[in-house]
Amino acid sequence: MEISRHWRLNKQRYSLVGEICPHCDAKLFPPRDICPECGHEARHGYTFNGRGEVYSYTRIYDAPAGYEETTPYTVALIKLEEGPMLTAQLTDLGGQPVEIGMPVEMVTRRLRSDGDERGMIVYGYKFRPLLARQAT
Amino acid sequence: MTLPSNSNLNPTLLKPFRPVGIVGYGAYVPRYRLPAREVARIWTEGQAALPIKEKAVPGLDEDVVTMSIEAARNALARARISPEEIRAVWVGSESHPYAVKPTSTIVAEAIGAVPNTQAADWEFACKAGTEAMVAAIGLVGSGMAHYALAIGMDTAQGRPGDALEYTTGAGGAAYLLGPAEESLAVINGTFSYVTDTPDFWRREYQRYPEHGQRFTGEPAYFKHITEAARALMAAANTTPADYRYAVFHQPNAKFPQRVAEMLGFSKKQTAPGLLVSQIGNTYAGSAIIGLSAILDIAETGDHILMVSFGSGAGSDAFDIRVTEAITERRERAPKTADYIARRTEIDYATYVRYRGKLAMK
Repeated sequence: MEISRHWRLNKQRYSLVGEICPHCDAKLFPPRDICPECGHEARHGYTFNGRGEVYSYTRIYDAPAGYEETTPYTVALIKLEEGPMLTAQLTDLGGQPVEIGMPVEMVTRRLRSDGDERGMIVYGYKFRPLLARQAT
Repeated sequence: MTLPSNSNLNPTLLKPFRPVGIVGYGAYVPRYRLPAREVARIWTEGQAALPIKEKAVPGLDEDVVTMSIEAARNALARARISPEEIRAVWVGSESHPYAVKPTSTIVAEAIGAVPNTQAADWEFACKAGTEAMVAAIGLVGSGMAHYALAIGMDTAQGRPGDALEYTTGAGGAAYLLGPAEESLAVINGTFSYVTDTPDFWRREYQRYPEHGQRFTGEPAYFKHITEAARALMAAANTTPADYRYAVFHQPNAKFPQRVAEMLGFSKKQTAPGLLVSQIGNTYAGSAIIGLSAILDIAETGDHILMVSFGSGAGSDAFDIRVTEAITERRERAPKTADYIARRTEIDYATYVRYRGKLAMK
């Protein structure tokens, strides 16, 4: 059980809260307090808009512990609009094929239980194909 | 029917001192659909009469928390207010992911309303969402809070082979309530009608609810909705003809159409809010997602009647008037129809897997 670790990560996991570097304006995700671009201190919070595109992806059939009951699922490298790259599952594909460059948006979803069915529920970000909006 | 006294001290219509309305609203429906004919195929060799066309089924990574977060984000996109100004986040459901730890705390965190907020979960079967709305009207209307967020959302569970398995769906909506002058629709007043009626219940530690079959009709659904609607209209001095739209709790296609007829509403008034055939009974989300579909098309000045029903039992009736702010604000987030159009059909086997009905251990 890793209650305190999950608790510390919940803002970045639920809402893609990262950091912005006050020196070179780079956007950081995940937040790590030091800018990887210029090396200066970067502690200002920055909330990403959730939009990005698929940089690469793979389909998992043999999952690591905790994720066995949700196979098969797609894991992707997502390049966020504001710059950073992150790894996340894709969801709500509905059988749609994944393409490199496909635009995606962040959603907050149930990742797994922390341990067994008595453990806390871990929520976090996944990305899905953009929800189609009807013409108005 | 004995109504509360119509004196100033205890008026029939529940109306706050400060007028309150809907500043933003948002819906959510998951993408998977189980056709009713699939349930009939497995349990009756395709012979059963189908109460709806299909129902919405949540994906493996979805639950009332995740669905409420998306609906809340849609409501906030429409309202365009800072989430830090929300002083209550209240989620009503009969399928909260935790038995103890409010769904509302996680939703409040995810939308940025923490820490200066109330957060508690509500339950009253299918009227848990409107229960939260009435309380939110009180919180805002008393001046205690500028904004309060009320959500009704469910991932309803049906016992395999039971009549309700055809219709137990998933979905719901979020309503950010605030001052009437900032609203896209003003809530003129509400009326609640509650009795101890054992039409449907679930004992602790039981997986599926029990229901009273035909008993859920006349003494439960029809009694409470008609009493609440008539009392509200009498107190508000309105008749069915005064409303452009009416939306009722929708457990199947027949009940809301029959209660509309009993009260004197036409098909034209109820059609836009009737979603049950396409998404199933979304329980605490049912009446209020119908309202979101109506708000998606309503025009300035439209008068709407909404009456929910929750087993156990009770009904909350709302008298709502749309303002001119609706036209611009509704375009800021996905519409209910966008979610309904997003559909992937699944079969009964996939459904059983997704709903956790397989014994994995």
